[in-house]
Amino acid sequence: MILVRSLAGKPWVWSFLGALVVWLATIAFTGGYGAGGMVTAALSLAVFTVIVGVGQMFVITLGPGNVDLSLPANIGLASAVAMKVMAGSDSMIVVGLLAALACGAAIGAVNYLLIWALRIPPIIATLSASFIIQSIDISYGRGLQIKPPPGFADFTNWQILGIPVLAVLTVLFTIGAAIALQRMIYGRSVLAIGQNIRAAWLAGVNVGRIRFLTYTLSGALGGIDGALLAGYFRGANVDIGNEYLLASIAVVVIGGTSVAGGKANVPGVWGAALFLVLLLTMLNTFGVSAGVRLLLTGLIIVGVITAAGGEKAVR
Amino acid sequence: MRPEMTAASLDATTRSSAERGALARARLLRGLLPALSLALVLLAIAWLNPRAISYFGFSLMLNLAIPIALATIAQMFVISGNELDLSIGTFVGFVGCVTATWLKDAPLIGVAILVGSIGVYALLGALIRLRNLPSIVVTLGMSFVWQGLAILVLPKPGGKAPDWLLAIMSFKPPFVPFPIIAALLIGLIVHFGLMRTSYGVILRGSGGNAAALKRAGWSLLKTKIVLFALAGVFGVLSGMALIGITTSADANIGNGYTLLSIAGVILGGGEFVGGRVSPIGAVIGALTLALAASPLLTFMHIPPDWQVAANGAILIIVLAARVLISRRER
Repeated sequence: MILVRSLAGKPWVWSFLGALVVWLATIAFTGGYGAGGMVTAALSLAVFTVIVGVGQMFVITLGPGNVDLSLPANIGLASAVAMKVMAGSDSMIVVGLLAALACGAAIGAVNYLLIWALRIPPIIATLSASFIIQSIDISYGRGLQIKPPPGFADFTNWQILGIPVLAVLTVLFTIGAAIALQRMIYGRSVLAIGQNIRAAWLAGVNVGRIRFLTYTLSGALGGIDGALLAGYFRGANVDIGNEYLLASIAVVVIGGTSVAGGKANVPGVWGAALFLVLLLTMLNTFGVSAGVRLLLTGLIIVGVITAAGGEKAVR
Repeated sequence: MRPEMTAASLDATTRSSAERGALARARLLRGLLPALSLALVLLAIAWLNPRAISYFGFSLMLNLAIPIALATIAQMFVISGNELDLSIGTFVGFVGCVTATWLKDAPLIGVAILVGSIGVYALLGALIRLRNLPSIVVTLGMSFVWQGLAILVLPKPGGKAPDWLLAIMSFKPPFVPFPIIAALLIGLIVHFGLMRTSYGVILRGSGGNAAALKRAGWSLLKTKIVLFALAGVFGVLSGMALIGITTSADANIGNGYTLLSIAGVILGGGEFVGGRVSPIGAVIGALTLALAASPLLTFMHIPPDWQVAANGAILIIVLAARVLISRRER
């Protein structure tokens, strides 16, 4: 009983519960057919949302107005960079991954440079940056069918006993992120800035450096995500990251992180990502049309947000 | 706290007149920035292709300026209340699809759908206020709802604009091209409503200092509903204007408008927080974007790949200029 009560108090429980309900509804519809395969597919797809979701979570935790809208463009460009550097050869996989990481980190750093130098809201800075990145991507990756090396494609699709290896690695990564958030000076500083930027500054937190690191981290995660996506879907393209704008913000909020900043939740990102992926699978299984699928996805997101409610204004 | 305040007020009163003059000049410059950027884009076009500066040239180049300006005004209302609407683009697309189908075939049902969608916007405002929800997430979710509805209304590109709408949008007044007159009208009407009426002040105040407004006895729920309903009204007008120009619709027709409208508000001197917006500036910002997005780049022989980047670059340049001016304000 105490366990149930302490669990119910954790905001991330609800996202896992939602994922479970959606999964049960789907296998009830199929009569139990494909229940395991659905979990495997959901885990492999959720990975990509979790990686960018964690980056977005750190950014959003910095406080009101902080959000990275350049992630979709970033993912698109990094996927092209990674595939070009790898050039279809297995020996270049690590170099390609590093290139994608560097490309993403550079985009994140430029984002913060714009925010800092022009003193503009992060929304508009990352938005302007994403316009430019998009154009670079279109002109850089045009007319080329960029395929991943076979070894990399196999790695991103690798499963052991139905469990995607990439998902296991991502779980390890999220555990690391949770430790960084709750137990390391960097994470505590991010939380402090989100709660009260002035108090954090007065307490000696190097606000500029922490914000710079956070945007760079978000960019770098977007970059690595782009490379992995290109491997998983066996090819890079400009639109590969498009759905991750909504997804990255939605998993952060559904997962129990406060949009007002200063309160973050890493396990919730996993729960929310699984929920979103399973939701799409469920709607596909029910055989609804594209229009109805979009409509329901939107309504459910708005519904979940409404049910979860916002924070009471502290000020 | 108190000594600081007296120091500040002392400082303000002892400011020399020369300083005050410089301050006023910086403010004026800042206010003129949107117009200056538009003038700059126009000059560049005139220099690159003098023939474009004509009645016909402007009608052609500013073709899509009316829907962009209307969508920008819609976004501006939402931003005045310190919120952001990430669904305006797909909403414009949805309205377009309804305009090209129901509004032509069964005008009464069409009007009912459009009025109902404005009601949905008003409800969103109420929901965001009552449950204290982040507007970014709610409207991001709604963008899927509108897109889904648009696809349901019009699964394949097509439909046809009602004849009366086509007639309005192809109106050719003497001397001044229609898009310019329309833009002026939109800017002036909204300017009067939001900047010159007492309820307009309350609406902007809800973004400036919500707590103070609440203490003064105004309903923040009502201001939020009104702002979102106005955004819905202008979103509907934008979608209809767009279909009046393109003559047929497509579920994805408005997708680019979300970013264009935000960029237009910011270019026009609006701020994200604090209820500091400018309707005339927003319309000028929309015109600048409409001109800079394709005509200017075509004349400069810049490949279409880089047109999106140009939008981003213009935003960054204008914001950089604004920072330089604001430094002098201090």
